[in-house]
Amino acid sequence: MNHSLTQTSSQNFSRKVKDQVAKYGVTAGGIMVLIALLLIFFYLLYVVQPIFDDVSVTHDQEIRLKDTHSSLALGTDDHVEIGYRVVSNANVEFYGLEGKHKGELIEQHQVVSEPITAFSASMAYLQEFAFATGSQVTVFKPGFKVSFATNKRVVLPNLTYPLGEEGIDLEVDSNITKFAFSVLPENEGAGFLYQLESGDLEYAFMSAEVNFMTDEIEWSIEKVSLPFVNGKVKNIKVTADLSRAFVVQDNTLITLNIRDIEDVTLLSKTKVSEPKANVVDVTLLAGANSILFANDNGVVSQWFEVNDEEGRHFKRIRAFESNEIGLNGVYPEFYRRSFFTTANDGSLGVYHTTSGAKLFHESIADSKIDLFSISPRANAFLTQNTHSINLYKISNEHPEVTWSGLWNEIWYEGYSEPDYVWQSTSASDDFEGKFSLVPITFGTIKAAFYAMLFSVPIALAAAVYTAYFMPSKIRKVVKPTVEIMEALPTVILGFLAGLWLAPLIELHLASIVLLVTILPVAVILFAFMWHNLPKKILNSLPQGMDSLLLIPVILLFGWLCFGMSPWLNDVLFDGDVRLFITDELGISFDQRNSLVVGIAMGFAVIPTIFSIAEDAVFSVPKHLSQGSLALGASQWQTLVRVVLLTASPGIFSAVMMGLGRAVGETMIVLMATGNTPIMDWSVFQGMRTLSANIAVEMPESEVGSTHYRILFLAAFVLFVFTFVFNTIAEFVRQRLREKYSSL
Amino acid sequence: MKNWFKSGSPWIWMTAGAVSISLISVIGLLAMIAWRGLSFFWPAEVYEFDIKQNGQSTVVIGEIYDKEQVAAERLRNAGIDLAGYDAEFVDRYLVKTGNREFVELDFRWILDTDIQQKTTKSGIAVIERTKNGNFYGYVHSVYQDGVKVDNSKLEELIERSSDIAEEALDLQNSEIAAINYDLERDRLKQRALELKGELTQEIKDEFKAKKLRLEEDYQVLEKSLFALRQKADRDEVVIKDMRGELVRIRIAQVLDIHFPNDMSLLDKVGRFFVQMGKFVSDDPREANTEGGVFPAIFGTVFMVLLMAVIVTPFGVVAAIYLHEYAAKNAVTKIIRIAVINLAGVPSIVYGVFGLGFFVYMLGGSLDALFYPEALPNPTFGTPGVIWSALTLAILTLPVVIVSTEEGMSRIPSSLRQGSLALGATKAETLWRIIIPMASPAIMTGLILAVARAAGEVAPLMLVGVVKMAPTLPLDGNFPFIHLDRKFMHLGFHIYDVGFQSPNVEAARPLVYATAFLLVTVIVSLNITAIGIRNHLREKYKSLEH
Repeated sequence: MNHSLTQTSSQNFSRKVKDQVAKYGVTAGGIMVLIALLLIFFYLLYVVQPIFDDVSVTHDQEIRLKDTHSSLALGTDDHVEIGYRVVSNANVEFYGLEGKHKGELIEQHQVVSEPITAFSASMAYLQEFAFATGSQVTVFKPGFKVSFATNKRVVLPNLTYPLGEEGIDLEVDSNITKFAFSVLPENEGAGFLYQLESGDLEYAFMSAEVNFMTDEIEWSIEKVSLPFVNGKVKNIKVTADLSRAFVVQDNTLITLNIRDIEDVTLLSKTKVSEPKANVVDVTLLAGANSILFANDNGVVSQWFEVNDEEGRHFKRIRAFESNEIGLNGVYPEFYRRSFFTTANDGSLGVYHTTSGAKLFHESIADSKIDLFSISPRANAFLTQNTHSINLYKISNEHPEVTWSGLWNEIWYEGYSEPDYVWQSTSASDDFEGKFSLVPITFGTIKAAFYAMLFSVPIALAAAVYTAYFMPSKIRKVVKPTVEIMEALPTVILGFLAGLWLAPLIELHLASIVLLVTILPVAVILFAFMWHNLPKKILNSLPQGMDSLLLIPVILLFGWLCFGMSPWLNDVLFDGDVRLFITDELGISFDQRNSLVVGIAMGFAVIPTIFSIAEDAVFSVPKHLSQGSLALGASQWQTLVRVVLLTASPGIFSAVMMGLGRAVGETMIVLMATGNTPIMDWSVFQGMRTLSANIAVEMPESEVGSTHYRILFLAAFVLFVFTFVFNTIAEFVRQRLREKYSSL
Repeated sequence: MKNWFKSGSPWIWMTAGAVSISLISVIGLLAMIAWRGLSFFWPAEVYEFDIKQNGQSTVVIGEIYDKEQVAAERLRNAGIDLAGYDAEFVDRYLVKTGNREFVELDFRWILDTDIQQKTTKSGIAVIERTKNGNFYGYVHSVYQDGVKVDNSKLEELIERSSDIAEEALDLQNSEIAAINYDLERDRLKQRALELKGELTQEIKDEFKAKKLRLEEDYQVLEKSLFALRQKADRDEVVIKDMRGELVRIRIAQVLDIHFPNDMSLLDKVGRFFVQMGKFVSDDPREANTEGGVFPAIFGTVFMVLLMAVIVTPFGVVAAIYLHEYAAKNAVTKIIRIAVINLAGVPSIVYGVFGLGFFVYMLGGSLDALFYPEALPNPTFGTPGVIWSALTLAILTLPVVIVSTEEGMSRIPSSLRQGSLALGATKAETLWRIIIPMASPAIMTGLILAVARAAGEVAPLMLVGVVKMAPTLPLDGNFPFIHLDRKFMHLGFHIYDVGFQSPNVEAARPLVYATAFLLVTVIVSLNITAIGIRNHLREKYKSLEH
């Protein structure tokens, strides 16, 4: 007896343990699953967040200079391991920035022996420089050799001379005092635009030809005098492809077309300084379409060529106020449309032109910044202060994106006015990604709008009839039949919409318009006939079969309308709908247009709306409607005044659910539209939606890039949008359910 | 009439009309997919048209694909001579003529007025080939190894060559593929040892010897493969095509020949089922526009099963927690609403999450930890079947949770209380009473989840589906299940073949057939789920009373 009792208690103990284990196990598991679902929200945010990060700058090291010569240019290699300095005594010095030679002078090269009369730098990303000594020009490039010995990267300085070490004699009478140059890719040519001591402005183009006999490169020089400018100029710039030259003189920008040396023309003369200010520095932005002017009142203005009703001309697009008096330099980034400003008080400004954003403005040094140079990957920069060079690390991953930039009109280079543009990729290298969420959000709303326009009336009417008038026997069949459509894969609806419905609509547009107008009339006519049938026959027929009776009627009229289609097309559209709409009405017509999307997505949404709305109407307590009928109201009055009113929150929630589904639907819009991000309400044009945009572009976007993060943002917007809609709907539904249960 | 309007009766009829429209569209849609999908397998009659166009007579042989009406006026305006024809509209046929290498387009429009004669002549053969699509014509003569033989031997010769081709394919897919797989694995093993610094000369030599051995085996197999191919490529058939010219076709390229005009109804029905069988069991050919969809079926089923394995325990545990253990307060209510709403979040959002979190973050870390030898080629850090299954598991989690909870709430509380009153612990009640009784509901949830997952395409496009997977995720090479592989999917197959294929017109029937297959699977899954659920409701209703 005793024995068995202890056994029971030990059994009891293990049962209790099992119970506790089950309790904690299930709780932990359940909470984990719920956390995993929350994770989606936070993970999306986590990926999106860096695009809104601020710029941060940290000082890395200082290199004290031993000489007192002034610096002309600075730069680093791709990995910021070695920096170089071009010195006014015609030297190029290389300094170590990483590793065992950190902060030390590694190499020094004398480029030319004679005293230099002028210095010029190429576009920033090329990192080419040139000294002029009298009539001689020497182009040099402080480059780097990267090798991978024993799986480790080794970077070594490598000074090269693209046009030869001896330099090139431009054969001019006096000294060159100011010039700009560019060497074409593969060294196939080079252009120099220079001003002589005498004040003459000339352009020289050198082309390379390989001598067949000796295999040596021979240069032939063509020169042309440019009489458009008199007197000393302030700045000269040429584009990397030698198509345009920009000369700044007396706060005026003089633009020259130098593409063809035989026909150098003056394009424009524009006053570019800010009111009551003078231009202190000029630079070409990456891509060489925009010019930045730094003014002595602290304002930097961006100008580019615009083609509007006044023709092609330079226009001031936007300005950046740095609120400082001692602004002394403006420097572009290599590849992105960001730029930097430096000032006498040691402050640095970081801006992005396209987004118009002031990203950073702080004092980073005690003394004046004489020179500035960003690293090729824009993750570090060098500054020259009075007696030292300083290296800073900068994190500025996504300067092109601001919250307002995503939703506002932006004036892009080459556009005649500000616009909403989504254009993430292009074939060209110096292409600037244009990320406005407005066109694709617009497309989403447009697609959802047309889908709702089509589905809401049908779904709600059908729900009301099924729930309120239909005998329960038929209802049991009809409801699941409509609901089964919700399970239909949208890829099939999309495929049918794109390959079957779109051509069909193009062919039978007239019949479809006719069908929409004639069907209600036909239904009412049939109903009237039915109403006027002798009572004897009516009474012998079962009640509530109206919808089944109507099927053949609708089919008949549908068949009639489509049968009349060729004739209708002939009479109304001269035979071809597409031609008629584009030529006669002047509306562009896509085969895969909003009408197709509206119908196809409408079909996808109908079961959602139908199912919830039907539930809501059906669960209105019977005594309410019966009371109303007993008081003498007609069926219709009861429906409109009592039943629908009571069920209205449920119907609202059904529409919200439907909208949520229409907004997020991907495959149908992907397949049934042309996916062009245009903003046009026209029913005959397509659109690109947020979801389709993600499906199209996500596989191609580079992980961690701005484009990638913006696509995540699009997904996040969709997530929040549908979640909010569904929550409202669900909340309303739950409230309604509680209300009914109390009735 | 006025009174009738006032009674609201017309509006009731209008709402009835909306029901009719919904029903017509649902049933019409399903019927259309079924009709178009099934007619793909039916051996259509092949017509021979004698055409006289601008005074020139030609013969066209082909299947009628489509028919439309064009206004005669428009044709006249386009400069087409319709002399002697007064009707307002002209019929126009779209004819599939095949013979792709001899005509510019294998589809052409023919005007009814140009047709002098339209016959279904006996003896027209439809030849399915390994490339360039179908060929239509009359069998002229058959050559066995260069010697002319009787035409009746053709079937036998085709069977022989396809048998040999199958043998060659087997050899290629099993033994040769295994050697390639071994070679690649050895390379990775060697690299792994090298990374660890354990690669001694001895091991290196061992690997080298093994590699040599494998390569020798490979040579032998390759030789026998070539021998087989040569053996298959022995015979020829000469076909008289619609231009009246004799075309020689290697029988090794012929997959099948049939004479639809000479078939009896029974023959046609037989062929219909044979074609159906081929469709579900064959590999696709010619950029997916011909052949079967077996890899897509396999990929879909495999991925969905994997997903079901993942989603069931998590979904059920979460439902038990919400229903049995969580406190009945506002927080639980909010959680419940949130879970329901997650079912409404667009599937593409799950795809984006799956790509970022599973593929790049989780997969990338797995690669760095366990597969450093393969880097920079990703193993798990790239879309694959496991990530697709996980993504869809998250997507369908709410479906399972909601359905399980619903099932649990339908269990009368008297049963639960009875169990507890008899001294069972909560865990025992759960295990012995609640879960067994809720198991049909769990089943329903699972079926609904599977049906949803089988039809989802958008997220899969980001996390693992491809248009053409060279290998299945399941094969004879160790470890047999390859979760990192990409896979094919029926839904994506529809999108890809219907929208990205070079010859959409030719591929369209195949897309309809694929769509029909997918719809059949999904609709039957859903009907099963609904059936189980209704049965369950009835059962508990009777328990309550």
